[in-house]
Amino acid sequence: MGQETDRIVVVGAGHAGGSVVAFLRQYGWSGPITLVGAEPIPPYHRPPLSKAWLKGEADAASLALRPENFYADNAIELRLGTVATAIDRATHTLSLNCGESLAYDHLILALGARARKLPLPGADLVGVMELRTAADADRLKAAIGEGRRLAIIGGGYIGLEAAASAQALGAEVTIIEREPRLLARVASPPLSTFFQDFHRSKGVAIELDAGVEALEGQGGQIAAIRLSNGKTIQCDAVLIGVGAVANDELARACGLSCGNGIEVDAASRTSDPAIYAIGDCTFRPLEPYSRNVRLESVPNAIEQSKQAAASLCGRPPPAPEIPWFWSDQYNIRLQIAGMPFDVTETILRGDPATGSFAVFHLAPDATVRSVEAVNAPPEFMAGKLLIAKRKPVPRERLADMAVSMKDLL
Amino acid sequence: MPKVTFIEHNGTAHTVEAKTGLSVMLAAITNNVPGIDADCGGECACATCHVYIEPEWQAKVLAEAGAPAAQEASMLSFAATTQDNSRLSCQITVTEALDGLVVRMPEGQH
Ligand SMILES: Cc1cc2nc3c(=O)[nH]c(=O)nc-3n(C[C@H](O)[C@H](O)[C@H](O)COP(=O)(O)OP(=O)(O)OC[C@H]3O[C@@H](n4cnc5c(N)ncnc54)[C@H](O)[C@@H]3O)c2cc1C
Ligand code: FES
Repeated sequence: MGQETDRIVVVGAGHAGGSVVAFLRQYGWSGPITLVGAEPIPPYHRPPLSKAWLKGEADAASLALRPENFYADNAIELRLGTVATAIDRATHTLSLNCGESLAYDHLILALGARARKLPLPGADLVGVMELRTAADADRLKAAIGEGRRLAIIGGGYIGLEAAASAQALGAEVTIIEREPRLLARVASPPLSTFFQDFHRSKGVAIELDAGVEALEGQGGQIAAIRLSNGKTIQCDAVLIGVGAVANDELARACGLSCGNGIEVDAASRTSDPAIYAIGDCTFRPLEPYSRNVRLESVPNAIEQSKQAAASLCGRPPPAPEIPWFWSDQYNIRLQIAGMPFDVTETILRGDPATGSFAVFHLAPDATVRSVEAVNAPPEFMAGKLLIAKRKPVPRERLADMAVSMKDLL
Repeated sequence: MPKVTFIEHNGTAHTVEAKTGLSVMLAAITNNVPGIDADCGGECACATCHVYIEPEWQAKVLAEAGAPAAQEASMLSFAATTQDNSRLSCQITVTEALDGLVVRMPEGQH
């Protein structure tokens, strides 16, 4: 069958789903494309949900991935508010919750991830929230005005960004973290210390080493959190931000290989040649690190969208990228490139007390594996290039702010 | 509406309508112009919206959009294939005076 008649169905209208349909048309795919999404609105940017959008500094148009008429203009059929319920690989059909089914020649799963639930007593009280969708963000926004007390369970990126935004809106914020430091799973100790100090200096309370015993309510509404350390935090609202889990059930149910997410190759193909998977729901090879990982980031969603679109359109695969991520809190921009796999050494460049510094993580052969840059774009950009080059760097020069990053490349 | 022309590295030109008040990057995204990825959505965090301003437009862009601010300048100084006329297109706002603007795209954005 040729492109002219082959039907592509994309399931999941998030960042990856919204991107892959655009790349398919850019790369010249001329056959029919249908984008099926459970949410009621077309694909949008999630990063602002904990940042500008939460603070009321972004409008709906700027949140949208593409303008509304984009899909019709590019002959992309949108099926919003529609959940795919099953895949029949033998007959190439996708069942929808409305009772209909869609035939496909190529299926792309862009199912994303969902907020992890905590099996806690009281988790169903009114005022206990999570933050994954625009609808979640609107609920949270309504709960965090001046003087409202917000308790955030989980000191990861989403929790910290929400804390910064809520604090800016005048809310009283407490972050509750089970580990002995913030960002324990996703950043190095110097970063944790820096963000702990910064949030505290802004008036955010932080409870570390603190497990949650129960959420306590009054008349069905959240009122307090009881901690394992004996403390009780009074609050008007709770945000649970303890990570995300891949939406891979649809894939598992039809027998596709899954690990921590749907297993794909470097072209985003699953174990079924007619099915691709992209974005947060995938367990993917990461060539520069010779490993398989599940990433949750916009750059990853875009890279895999390009891989799948290029493969379907018969174009050469895009060059492999170094994974990266950013986070904005207050006036701090954190940019991270690479992954700290096989690292044995940490090099600090700059002084955290100045609010601008970078932490480089090196393998035993003195090659840079990852960099965490706080208000330090040159270190981020040059660090990304150094990671890709795999060139050993002189440690003393890397630590010396008097040596320009340019001279290290 | 002002028009902006994006020329791909392979020479393919795309002339699109660009809304005033929005960025040059958004004009590309709105019209699905290949070669502008804009991973960060215009936050000046990714440098995947890198363009070269055609020489005859450099003075006008400078007058309308100003010189790159600190964040843009430091991102640009390390972007792959940076030239003197490099800009991040998310940091240039479309105005009537920029009607006819021509920008070129680098070979890759990563
Ligand atoms: C608050 C927040 C802040 C973030 N900040 C950053 C940041 O600063 N930088 C960064 O790089 N990344 C950030 N991320 C992560 C980034 O948004 C994700 O990595 C990205 O959205 C992944 O895209 P995706 O398409 O894989 O998944 P999603 O965007 O989650 O989209 C998946 C979509 O699939 C739909 N779906 C699932 N199952 C079905 C089904 N069976 N039928 C139909 N539809 C279905 C879901 O409803 C959803 O709309 C943030 C995420 C959040 C929530
Ligand atoms: S869109 Fe990311 S820097 Fe311009």
